Order: sequence, then C-alpha cells, then structure tokens
Amino acid sequence: MDKSATLTQPVSAYDHAEGPADAPLTLVEYGDYQCPYCGAAYPIVKRLQKTLAKKLRFVFRNFPLTRAHPYALIAAAAAEAAALQGKFWEMHDLLFEQQTFLQPDIIPVWAERIGLNLEKFGNDIKQGDVENRIREDRQSGIHSGVNGTPTFFINATRYDGPPDYESLLAALESELALRSL
Amino acid sequence: MSALKPGVRAPDFSLLTTPDQKVSLSDFLGRPVILVFYPADWSPVCSDQLGLYSELKPEFSEFEAQIVGISVDGVWSHLAFSKDRKLHFPLLADFEPKGAVARQYGVYRETDGESERALFVIDSVGVIRWSYVSPVGINPGADGIFKALESMAKS
Repeated sequence: MDKSATLTQPVSAYDHAEGPADAPLTLVEYGDYQCPYCGAAYPIVKRLQKTLAKKLRFVFRNFPLTRAHPYALIAAAAAEAAALQGKFWEMHDLLFEQQTFLQPDIIPVWAERIGLNLEKFGNDIKQGDVENRIREDRQSGIHSGVNGTPTFFINATRYDGPPDYESLLAALESELALRSL
Repeated sequence: MSALKPGVRAPDFSLLTTPDQKVSLSDFLGRPVILVFYPADWSPVCSDQLGLYSELKPEFSEFEAQIVGISVDGVWSHLAFSKDRKLHFPLLADFEPKGAVARQYGVYRETDGESERALFVIDSVGVIRWSYVSPVGINPGADGIFKALESMAKS
C-alpha cells in the first residue's frame, strides 16, 4: 500500500495557526471558503479543537477552486487581508459561519464587523502580497497532493479517510498514540 | 493485470468524446498527454479528481500538457457530466467494446466492469513516462503528475 502524500511545505511561523506551536498534533487544512464540504468541515474542526485542546495545532492554507467557486478567491483575499491587521481567524471563522451569504458585496460589511480598518483592508485585498500568498498556498498544495477541498494533513501526511468528526478524531488519536511510543 | 509501466509506448486508441466526435491519442503527438482513467462519472461533487484537474488547467498549460479523461461511461453521460462540472478537457467513452482501452493499459477491473483510478503521463513522442494506480476510493491529486512533467521538462 502506497504511503499517502506528504506536505512539501512544512508548517512554520509564516502559517495561520491556532494552538501551541509545539503541540504533538498538527492538522493542516487546505480549504476553499465557498466550498460546501469545507463549510461542513468547519464545525468539525472546531469540535476537534475543543476535544484535543493543547494537543492540537490547526493550520489553514488556501486552495480556492476558482473555476467551480467564483467567490472563493475574493474570500481568500479577504481573510489574508484581515491577517495583515491581525484578524485572520476572525475573518476565516466569519466566512465559514456565514458561508451561505458569501458574495463580493458582503465582504466589506464583514470587514467592518470584525473591526478592520476599511481603507487599509480595501487596499490590501487587491495587493500583490495577498495574491502571492494565495498562489503560494496553491502551489504548495498541488505539490503536497491536495486532491480537492478540504484536504487535511495530519502531522504532514495527507488524511484520506472519511471527513466526519469520529473518523478524524480517531486518526488524530492514533497519530498521537504512535508518537508517544 | 497490471498497469503499463514507464518506457512502454502508449497504445494508440480512438474513442468517442461526443456522439459524433472521435479523439485519438495520436492526435496529441508533439505534446505531453495525461491520461486519467477513472471508474465512473458522477462521483461526489466539488472535491472530485476531475474537477481538480480542470481547476489546474493553467498549471498544466505551462507544460503544454493535454489532459484526457477516460471511463466506461457512454458519451451522453460524459456530455452531461462535463457540462455539470464545467470540465475543460475531453472525456472519452471506453464504452464499446467495454473497457477495451483500459484493458490495453492494464487498468480494467474485471469484477466491477469499470477502469481503475489510474494516471499515465505520456511524452510528446508517445512513450509512457509515469504511471500510477490509485486505490479506487482515493483521489490521487496532481502531485505525481507534476513531478513527472517537471522531470520530463528537465531532460
């Protein structure tokens, strides 16, 4: 049986991460803000974070499926622009929580809701830096074996199991057990 | 039955892509070809393998690579499926005789009557340079394809 794909770009301080940097488990998600499967994964990840607490570091990287999802790119840009004002996770969470309402006109409303400087936000969202970051994520995703959205990597190995909470938790706990041997 | 290996000449074939249009492998001589054998149209949405390759068309174009999908589904299923998923590459019907091309490539699942989920990267002179059979339930992504294309571009 082939080994599953592995991350080509290790997690670093450059990444958007929640949880301790030295947590025994790192869960990376390559996601698309307009993808319903990522929308479904959002509460599952939250639950995993609650259950595993300090044992889990969660990292989000962009993989907008721009052909299938016309608003995925602008949503990703919004989150990365929010990151430049220190509010990546606020925007990331809002985008998934309000996914059914996602469309370009609502993004400034959400930016305001999370307390961003709207002028800076408006400038940053169109800037090369934001664009480059999304493109870098896409490249690292492609080379790491991202095969759709969401694609999860548990401690740098692609997770190929079912996307439900129980299966993900089992895989994470099994990795935890392996590491404590 | 096992998939054809690198170094082997890719068997030529001619399959319908629409009710009145045939596509032959030899049509693409002069550029790399990525053959994507897959079990069936209409697998679960948005995270699916063909949608991903359609998404990555700009990256494949950098290598002038042509992607072609092949399953045992008929042309009408392909037309509807391609339209529904807005796919940007031809889907070929390995329909009659059923699975004949998949068999030529060593990727036909006799018991299921469908092809394996298999990838072949063929160079511009028609030689297989990389092949991979994925467990049928796992979407293999594109990293193997790009590794092959990159290594071909270097040599």
